[in-house]
Amino acid sequence: MSAGLLLIFDLVLVVTLIGLAIAALVSPDVRRAVMLFIAFGLWLALVWARLRAPDVALAEAAIGAGLGGALMLAAARRAARQEAVDGQTDARGEEG
Amino acid sequence: MEQLLYGGAGVILFALGLWAFLVYEPLLRKLIALNIMGSGVFHLLIAIAERGELPPDPVPHALVLTGIVVAVSATALALAMGRRLEDDSGGR
Amino acid sequence: MRRAASLIIGAIITALALWLLWVLQTALDMGAGPRLAEQAFAGLPTTGVSNPVTAVLLSYRGYDTLLELGVLLAALLGIWSLGVASPGFQPAGVVLSGMVRLVVPLLVLTGGYLLWVGGYAPGGAFQAGALLGAAGVVMRLAGDETAGLPGIRAQRWLIVAGVAVFVLVGLATLALGQGFLSYPQAWSKWLILAIETAATVAIGTTLAAAYVGGRPWSHAVVGGRD
Repeated sequence: MSAGLLLIFDLVLVVTLIGLAIAALVSPDVRRAVMLFIAFGLWLALVWARLRAPDVALAEAAIGAGLGGALMLAAARRAARQEAVDGQTDARGEEG
Repeated sequence: MEQLLYGGAGVILFALGLWAFLVYEPLLRKLIALNIMGSGVFHLLIAIAERGELPPDPVPHALVLTGIVVAVSATALALAMGRRLEDDSGGR
Repeated sequence: MRRAASLIIGAIITALALWLLWVLQTALDMGAGPRLAEQAFAGLPTTGVSNPVTAVLLSYRGYDTLLELGVLLAALLGIWSLGVASPGFQPAGVVLSGMVRLVVPLLVLTGGYLLWVGGYAPGGAFQAGALLGAAGVVMRLAGDETAGLPGIRAQRWLIVAGVAVFVLVGLATLALGQGFLSYPQAWSKWLILAIETAATVAIGTTLAAAYVGGRPWSHAVVGGRD
């Protein structure tokens, strides 16, 4: 009984993980894709805690999801701003 | 069984990331795909390290820890390169 | 055309994934062979730390971690050589800056805790360094242009600190006739802690500087571009 429950728990973990990965990869809006990627990283940390790898889970949550996500969010924000500027006026391009 | 489930998830993540890496064009999307690909490999290593009743193997854990840091520094470098490329080619 | 290409790529990659799954299943069916874990656990008392992952990272596979710090250093050098940092964000409002004042010391404190606890429980230099880097990111988001990093001279020293201390310890053990990075047993714990402290500072500084995204100096000189 408890083995079956554990299997369901594992299945939920894995299916959500893959679902988050797919959502991050195919999301049409880049900024949303980055946020989904951060969620994916945090979920991955949770799965690794389940697999008895707490050291790696801590590192993934802090470095992979946290700092990697922050870096990508900054880039996504920049890309979005660039797009908005390009859309408004082509002549007055650069600001940074 | 459980090893196959988690290891299989790693393989699937790797394949998904590879697909997106080849199909999508923008740099940021390629980077997300590359990171998910790497996560798939890390996940496979972690899944293989965990073996039921034995304590998990610390050697793959250390490898993955190293890998995570390298992946993030490579991402940061790639983003800086992309920014420079954009500055040089776009907007002028 | 593009759609067809993406479908073909999808088909090929599905085949690849199925093949890899088959390989994985065959490998798992062959059963558990010998693994390195037993050796790692057997040698644990000689390393002076009781967290096996820390022991692998800094004692058994010290080279690996040294080269990893080298990779971080190289990545930051690449980022610095690609251009100057963009100007920071606008200064934060009252609420955000109040939160930052609360969160940043907490992050630094937690980083120190993780560094110390890494000897015998989950934690260690990478996690602690990541927290220090996160503190820098938070400060930059709240409007601090330098992400809380010191001046450029100090910054250069800090980012090479990890590799430098690692190599110095290695050379010292070499001079003692022990071989590169094989610590004498009585000193092992303290040498590992010293390397980890330097690595934490270096990783934190490097990650924060990577978030700044360009070299921090010559801002005024090149600033005339825009």
